[in-house]
Amino acid sequence: MFDLTGKTALVTGASGGIGGAIARALHARGATVVLSGTRREALEAVAAELGDRCPIVPCNLSDADAVNGLVAAAEAEAGTGLDILVNNAGLTRDQLAMRLKDDDWSAVLEVNLTAAFRLSRSALKGMMKRRWGRIVSITSIVGVTGNPGQANYAASKAGLIGMSKSLAAEVAPRGITVNCVAPGFITSAMTDALSDDQKARLLAAIPAGAMGTGADIGSAVVYLASNEAGYVTGQTLHVNGGMAMI
Amino acid sequence: MSDVAERVKKIVVEHLGVEESKVTENASFIDDLGADSLDTVELVMAFEEEFQCEIPDDAAEKILTVKDAIAFINEHTK
Repeated sequence: MFDLTGKTALVTGASGGIGGAIARALHARGATVVLSGTRREALEAVAAELGDRCPIVPCNLSDADAVNGLVAAAEAEAGTGLDILVNNAGLTRDQLAMRLKDDDWSAVLEVNLTAAFRLSRSALKGMMKRRWGRIVSITSIVGVTGNPGQANYAASKAGLIGMSKSLAAEVAPRGITVNCVAPGFITSAMTDALSDDQKARLLAAIPAGAMGTGADIGSAVVYLASNEAGYVTGQTLHVNGGMAMI
Repeated sequence: MSDVAERVKKIVVEHLGVEESKVTENASFIDDLGADSLDTVELVMAFEEEFQCEIPDDAAEKILTVKDAIAFINEHTK
């Protein structure tokens, strides 16, 4: 079950906490995992830990030309077509809406949503030809529930869900599935930035009584990337300890 | 038969998995060769790749038959 031997995956934001955990999980199931991100050194650290089957292709996701060339570059590095795309990279520029600048709105949408679309569009070409593919986008619980101070981030994450459903409907006849994983409160650099008071309030709202880990998200991605999940498409898998049951 | 026509037909046979004899110049991708909307997009992209040209959406909509494809490519790849 869930064997990914012979498959090639691209993970964006692979230098981050959740991205690194996703890369580890896919790699552990036998996939070749192309690691992408902005910080080469951090990517090299992940690659050093994984050993083989993990080429590095740095990319700035706010650079449209670089994004449009990323899938081809990843395929060239891996020496095979791309079977699994994980749109994981994301950034936050939190601010209450009344103070939220246009630049902070655009920057978040550009990286979190537009880059995911561009990568999906590139990846689909080869997947259509090979009649097999998996696209998994990492959205967020706040894309469904909303969160004060995150109008831009929540919009980008809700956008991923709508985009994935549309793509899923388009490419389902070709053996390609498109899904989302929606983490709740996961320990990462992003949640470390929250205040202790915010963390305490969030923990009180989680029935499981604990924060999730990157590995919890990695497992969900492995499932959706597997052959076994071939009949699951257009879905959002919430991994949140019961924080929101949707 | 021109080289373009041969290459177009080869792509159609490969993409739609139909017999070569059915791919006549008057054959309609959708009505005669069983293509769906996804197939037609794939065909247009395959033509673009093979002939190194860009087929805009409004032109792609008018490419309904094998002959239409050959004509467009002959006009735009000289």
